[in-house]
Amino acid sequence: MTKILLMGNPNVGKSAVFSRLTGVKAVVSNYPGTTVSYTRGQMKLGEDTAEVIDVPGTYTLEPTSQAEEIALEMLKGGDVVVNVVNATNLERNLYLTLQLLEKGIPVVVALNIWDDTKHLGIDIDIDRLRQRLGVPVIPTVAVTGQGIKELVEAIPRATSPQPPPTSSDKRWAKVGNIVEEVQRLRHRHHTWRERLADASVRPFTGGFLALAVLASSFIIVRFIGEGLINYIFNPIFDNLWAPVLMKLSPLMGSEGFWHDIVIGKLISGEIDFVQSFGLLTSGLYVPLAMVLPYVVAFYFMLGILEDTGYLPRLAVLMDNVMHRLGLHGYAIIPTLLGLGCNVPAVLSTRILESKRERFIAATLISIAVPCAALQAMIIGLVGAEGWQYVAMVYGTLFIVWIVLGFILNRAVKGFSPELLIEIPPYRLPPWRTVLQKLWMRTYGFLVEAIPIILGAVVAINVLYYFGVFDAIANFTAPVVTNLLGLPKEAVTAIAIGFLRKDVAMGMLAPLALTSGQLVVGSVVLAMFFPCIATFVVLLRELGVVRMLKATGIMLASALIVGGLLNLIL
Amino acid sequence: MDKAPTTLVQMERGQRGTVLQLQGGRGLVNRLNALGIRPGKKITKVSAMLMRGPVTIEVDRAQIAIGFGMAKKITVKLD
Repeated sequence: MTKILLMGNPNVGKSAVFSRLTGVKAVVSNYPGTTVSYTRGQMKLGEDTAEVIDVPGTYTLEPTSQAEEIALEMLKGGDVVVNVVNATNLERNLYLTLQLLEKGIPVVVALNIWDDTKHLGIDIDIDRLRQRLGVPVIPTVAVTGQGIKELVEAIPRATSPQPPPTSSDKRWAKVGNIVEEVQRLRHRHHTWRERLADASVRPFTGGFLALAVLASSFIIVRFIGEGLINYIFNPIFDNLWAPVLMKLSPLMGSEGFWHDIVIGKLISGEIDFVQSFGLLTSGLYVPLAMVLPYVVAFYFMLGILEDTGYLPRLAVLMDNVMHRLGLHGYAIIPTLLGLGCNVPAVLSTRILESKRERFIAATLISIAVPCAALQAMIIGLVGAEGWQYVAMVYGTLFIVWIVLGFILNRAVKGFSPELLIEIPPYRLPPWRTVLQKLWMRTYGFLVEAIPIILGAVVAINVLYYFGVFDAIANFTAPVVTNLLGLPKEAVTAIAIGFLRKDVAMGMLAPLALTSGQLVVGSVVLAMFFPCIATFVVLLRELGVVRMLKATGIMLASALIVGGLLNLIL
Repeated sequence: MDKAPTTLVQMERGQRGTVLQLQGGRGLVNRLNALGIRPGKKITKVSAMLMRGPVTIEVDRAQIAIGFGMAKKITVKLD
């Protein structure tokens, strides 16, 4: 089977070309680094099927990062390269094109983001560029699909003029020469989007914009999340689902082992979707009506922030703070991802250069960054006691993030590398990709979370029934009651937190905790141990030794912070 | 005297200039080259964050943010 490699600089719309070619739903983003792990797909090429590989974005074939090393490695196994070039930044992009040609592999050039050249005042003579490179050059607009058909037709015509290998200085000179010949620039005025772009990386206007963006994101997430809960999911569960279960309950004998697993315990003769804890009650209500609305709302907002190109600007603004934590500004992106789910967040720490940074970032995320599922439960349960308590939970976690990062920066040997990133122009998010990505992430949540949640509910009921939890609770009672000031039953919730943090939070509900105890419980649950999925990726990304170190830090800091909170509250 | 070489850090916001030299190891020079920052390139300083924060410049219509330590090593001849 023909192997087609999609190669190009980061941020040239390579992933968009990929999804146009293959129809496979790949994640398309506006910030560099999302395709460090590459994507594969298939496409029709005449009568045959060809394999398409979305190679990580690379500026040069003289590797300067891990992602570029991977790209170079993958080049060896390819038959044809579709070189995606940003038409608005020809010079830098053509350097890679020349390097590819020197490798002697057949190349087709997709001159992408072609639509932007017009209003940027750039004229490119495509015929002359084709002559100078000696390979097919097709203008494309991958976001709208323009030029993709022509690109597919050109793939069989890919050729390899194979210029002799040369030094990088000579290659730059040749690029300069070509650009001089094929490109004309017209004078033009700055657009409002560019003015906004400049303002967002200046200290004061940028700081103000960042606060405005983050505050409005938070408000929008709350608005969508609460709206879905109050107007869609709660009415469905209360008015449609509860009556069905109330009919079913007497049929199952209103109590007993099987009744408790399927429906759960009736609270004063009624179903309580949070506290009953049966498969058909809490097992469905927690993931669908409490967590899902916030997952949808969060990923919707994150997708918009990604695809407008705002995140790299946040990285520039946060660089100073992040340096104090042993990281640089770019680490803010995995951290924000962690507010959705810690699993992709830990995976995306790969965009950071050094092992040291990846260790610090992954440890901080798994301790101090609560995922959307946990946050939804905290907002639901702790929020019922008053917003000041929710603020206490978030405030504590934020302080832990800062203090722990500060300590790790001092304690872990090495230094933090400097920030060096391209800031893409602001773009209006293409709704197709925003919604496609939202769907993929939501679907991912549902298939990952629901089986584990249902399994956890069954396991909890069975373990309760056989008194296993009582034994654990009695064994750990001194620590839990004396140090954390929680009832000894809370330890079962903390143990279940290893499976799912949202379920664990739900287990705190029937314990009739005081507001202060709820705050302690939420914070300890967030910090104590990552859920099993995060644990697995931590192990894979960090290795056994550093994973154990990270775990030690988690246990110690959770107990210290929980104990301190207990003393204060 | 105003045409004397300076660094990205010392440039004022909005000033234009030409890159003279990248004073760093091979690795740093390669990374900067790959992003289009080479001796002879025309650049404009877009902004700098406070307290030794990153410097943002524009080169060939692309914006690049460069950490303070690196920015110090890039010398520029002002226009």
